[in-house]
This record gives sequence, C-alpha cells and structure tokens, in this order.
Amino acid sequence: MALTNDIIREKLTEKFGDALTDWQEPYGMLTFTAPKELNLKILQHLYDDETLGFRFLTDLQAVHFPDRKGEELCVVYHLHNMRDNVRIRFKVYTDIQSPDVFSATSLYQTANWMERETYDFFGVNFIGHPNLIRVLNVDEMDYFPLRKEYPVEDQTRIDKDDEMFGRGTY
Amino acid sequence: MNEHILLPEGSIEKQTNTLNLGPTHPATHGVFQNILELDGERIMKATSTVGYIHRAFEKIAERRPLYQITPLTDRLNYCSSPINNMGWHITCERLLGVQTPKRVDYLRIIIMELARISDHLICNSIVGVDSGAYSGFLYLMQYRELIYEIYEEVCGSRLTTNIGRIGGFERNFTNAAFEKLEKFLKEYPAQLKEFENLFTRNRIFMERTIGVGPIAAERALNYGFTGPNLRAAGVDYDVRVHAPYSSYEEFNFTIPVGSTGDCYDRFLVRNQEMWQSLGIIRQAYEKVQSFKGADAEVYHADTPAYYLPPKQDVYTKMEALIYHFKIIMGEIEMPAGEIYSAVEGANGELGFYLISDGGRTPYRLHFRRPCFIYYQAYPELIKGGMLSDAVITMSSLNLIAGELDA
Repeated sequence: MALTNDIIREKLTEKFGDALTDWQEPYGMLTFTAPKELNLKILQHLYDDETLGFRFLTDLQAVHFPDRKGEELCVVYHLHNMRDNVRIRFKVYTDIQSPDVFSATSLYQTANWMERETYDFFGVNFIGHPNLIRVLNVDEMDYFPLRKEYPVEDQTRIDKDDEMFGRGTY
Repeated sequence: MNEHILLPEGSIEKQTNTLNLGPTHPATHGVFQNILELDGERIMKATSTVGYIHRAFEKIAERRPLYQITPLTDRLNYCSSPINNMGWHITCERLLGVQTPKRVDYLRIIIMELARISDHLICNSIVGVDSGAYSGFLYLMQYRELIYEIYEEVCGSRLTTNIGRIGGFERNFTNAAFEKLEKFLKEYPAQLKEFENLFTRNRIFMERTIGVGPIAAERALNYGFTGPNLRAAGVDYDVRVHAPYSSYEEFNFTIPVGSTGDCYDRFLVRNQEMWQSLGIIRQAYEKVQSFKGADAEVYHADTPAYYLPPKQDVYTKMEALIYHFKIIMGEIEMPAGEIYSAVEGANGELGFYLISDGGRTPYRLHFRRPCFIYYQAYPELIKGGMLSDAVITMSSLNLIAGELDA
C-alpha cells in the first residue's frame, strides 16, 4: 500500500497527539507545525517508523516573520521517503530572543552545514551542533543578514546620492 | 627519530605538515580552501572553508519580481545554467498554475539535456586532466562550444544564459538552432566513444581512480547526496523519474548506477548519463518535429500576465503594452502560498523553496544547492588518501563554486 498523506497524518497524530497543528497540503506536500521541543523526536520517529521511513533530509532552512510575536523564526524541514517517494515538510517556530532549536546532526550528517547556514543567516542556535560557526559569511560578521530588519536596497528609492555610485557630476 | 632533527629554539614540535589547498589553486577549479594535515603525502585531516564567492542571492531575490530572479539562477551552477533557469521557471509555473504546451516541454527537455551533457563532459574531462590525461579534454571541449552555439541561437548568450521565460521561450527556435542540434547529434556520439576509448579501460586511469574517494550508499544518503554522485554509490534516485516535470514521464531512458561510489564509478555514471541524454534529446527532437502547421509555432504558454509580450505587439496593441509595462515595472502580484519544486540538475536535486505572501516579490526563496550539501562529505572522502587523490576526488564530485556559495 502506497504511503499517502492521510496515513502519515494518522500515524503522526497517533504518536504525538494534538501537539502537531496547522495541517495543510500546499501543492500536494503535507505540511504541519510542531512545538520546537519535539523537533528531534519527530525526526527520529519519522526515521525509525517502518511505515513512515523518512530517511532523507532534503532541505533545512529558516524563515523570519517579524510580525509573529514570540515565534519570529521558523525552521523548515523537508524530508523525503525515497522508498515510497513521498515528501513532507514540517516547521518549528521559535522566539527570536532565545532561538534555541535541537540540532538534527546526530541523525543526519547533512544537517551539519545546513544548520550552519541557517545559523549564519538567521541566528538560529542549534543545540548539540558540533561546530556551529558561520559557513558562507565572514567570521567577523555580527548580525544575521537574512532577517527582515535588514532590507535590500530599494531600486526605486529617491534618496540615492548618484555621486556615490559613479554617476553624476564630480 | 626526532633527536636527529635540529629544531630552532622555541619551535613547536609537530608530527604533521599543514598544507593550504586553495582558495586559489589551479587544481581546485574554483574558489575552495582546504586546510590539510599531511603525514608525508597522506591526508590525516581536512577542513573546508567555503563562501568565497557568496553573493547573497536569497536576499537579493526577496526584492525582485519573478522574472528578474532568472539571471540569479544562471550563476548557481554556471556549467549548466539552462537547467537552473528551467527549474526556476517550472517552480514559478507551478506556483502560478501555468500549464505549458507540450512543444515547450519538449524544447525545454532538449535544452536541459544539452546542458546536462555540457556539464558532465566538463566534469569528466577535468577528471582526465587532473589524472594526467589532457587530450580527452580537448576532444570534448569543441562540443561544449557547439552546445553553447545552440544556446546562442536560442537565447543570445552562452554561459549565463537566462534562457526562456515563465511559460515558455522568448522566441521560437530558429532553423539554425535545429541544424546545429542535428550536427551535434550526428557528430557527438563518435567523439564520446573516442573519449571513452581513451579512458574507460585505460590502465593508468583505472589505477588512479578505482577505490579513490569512495562512499557507501548509506553514508551518501545520510550526507544528502543526490544526482550522479549518489547514483555512483548505487542508489537509483533521479528527480526526472521520481517527480517528473516538463513531460519527462513520456521519455524512455535508464538511470545508470554504480556500486562503490568511488571516482571511477562517478566517471562511468556520468559517461552513461551522457549517452542517456543523447537518447532523450533524439526522442524529444522527434516529438518536436511531429508538430505541424500552427502547432509548430507554439513556443510559450498563453499567460499574458507573466509572459513578456513580443516587442512589435507592445508598439501596436493596447493590452500588450499594459502587460509589458506591468511586468517590467514588477507590478504583477503572485498568489500567496509556499512550494518546493525540484529538478534534476547536473549535480543532483536542485530545489527551489519559494514562499509568497501574495506580494510582487518572493517573501523567502531558498535554493537547495546539491553542491553545498555534498561538499561537506569531502573531508571524509579524502581522509587517509594521498594528496593527489584529493585533487581527483574534488574534480570528480563536480564542485561548482557558484552553486556552493550561492
């Protein structure tokens, strides 16, 4: 029997009860939200369970929602069951003041750099990561550039001083 | 032994040598730094540093309308830009709910498979160069040139192609493009055969690559390997088959797999994939030729809100002018939603995770870059091997700095 979104949902609810919320299926991919304390338990359960068997971490990254007070940072996991060819996605939200999330490195080697990248850009502190340092940005950087409080320059802004950009009169 | 070596006063006694391989080193084919701890010529430990050409594409993309993000994707894996471009267009089309006509799908497949060939031929011939066999590289390089000429006929540029638009192509393929494609299909197999003759059963090449930089399937999956590197370890995972896009389900091809995941297997898998790609291109070209009359003129979907209208229409038709203006000024709003869409890039699963809040630009865009993910296994692959093997392992993984650093 092929693994369907309904079966996955049923199996997970059976195990974790009402802790998992916000079930959706945008563009066919099962998506849910979990409390951040449970993230490693869910990953482990998805990995170990015979029926579920999600053993490939496709992607891990974060999103910043400055308007969601108390849960500004969202870490998103994409998992793949290659045997049944099903993908799921789940999210954990965390406070930006204490962005501590358990690291998945004990389960997936590949989470190492993915988590370093997420830390690098969003400042998510992965607890239990063996080497949580910046990976793409310079080590001296003291902010997390992909957070929304650092807007990219607006191309239509009018306060631009042309002289600074090699245009206009000198 | 140490008592015979006269160390200067105050120097630290160290059993190993430290060597910097990179950031700019002719053998790394890109900007990578590896700090190696060597015992003689044997590597005891390696530490990778990346990010030398990080360009913050994910941040820049948050300020750009969809069509302006295509040129950013060019610069990920610049050896096969068209696959990145198409992957991005397909992501947008899935988000927007655009259905592409069959002819567009087939034309895209031709371009994507040409890109895969051009990527693999570079990788494999560079493995040859790094193992001391230069001529294979020269044999194949002229056909990359021919592939680039085909790109040029289709989109006007060669390396960073920005090929196609959301919904299709910017113009129909010219006859010259098809003629060049036919020339390629006719001449390349013989050349590839000759390349294989030079390498596949070459004693020196086999000695240099067999058992070098191996990885077991279990380990490769744990490290998140995809693409030829995973298939060389024996896992037949291919996005073209597992999550078909652009009508790949209509094509007949096999997924070559290796067994040991060493440099030699990776080389063989890539070579086989080139043959498979040639087969796919032939099938796609046949399908393209079967369109007659008005159907043979179709090269984009009918999505005026996202597809830039032809210039002559902009000057003569009201609607085209309006859409032109709206698209160029980035005033098209996209539906809210989130989507993960992947294509089989030349290096593996190239994924785009796009979150839209209903605005004109993505709220968040993340590229799943296969290079970035499998490069972290590199220290493990080269540990215990010779220094010269580390160089071959790096080139046979096909690391592209642009994709790694985004």
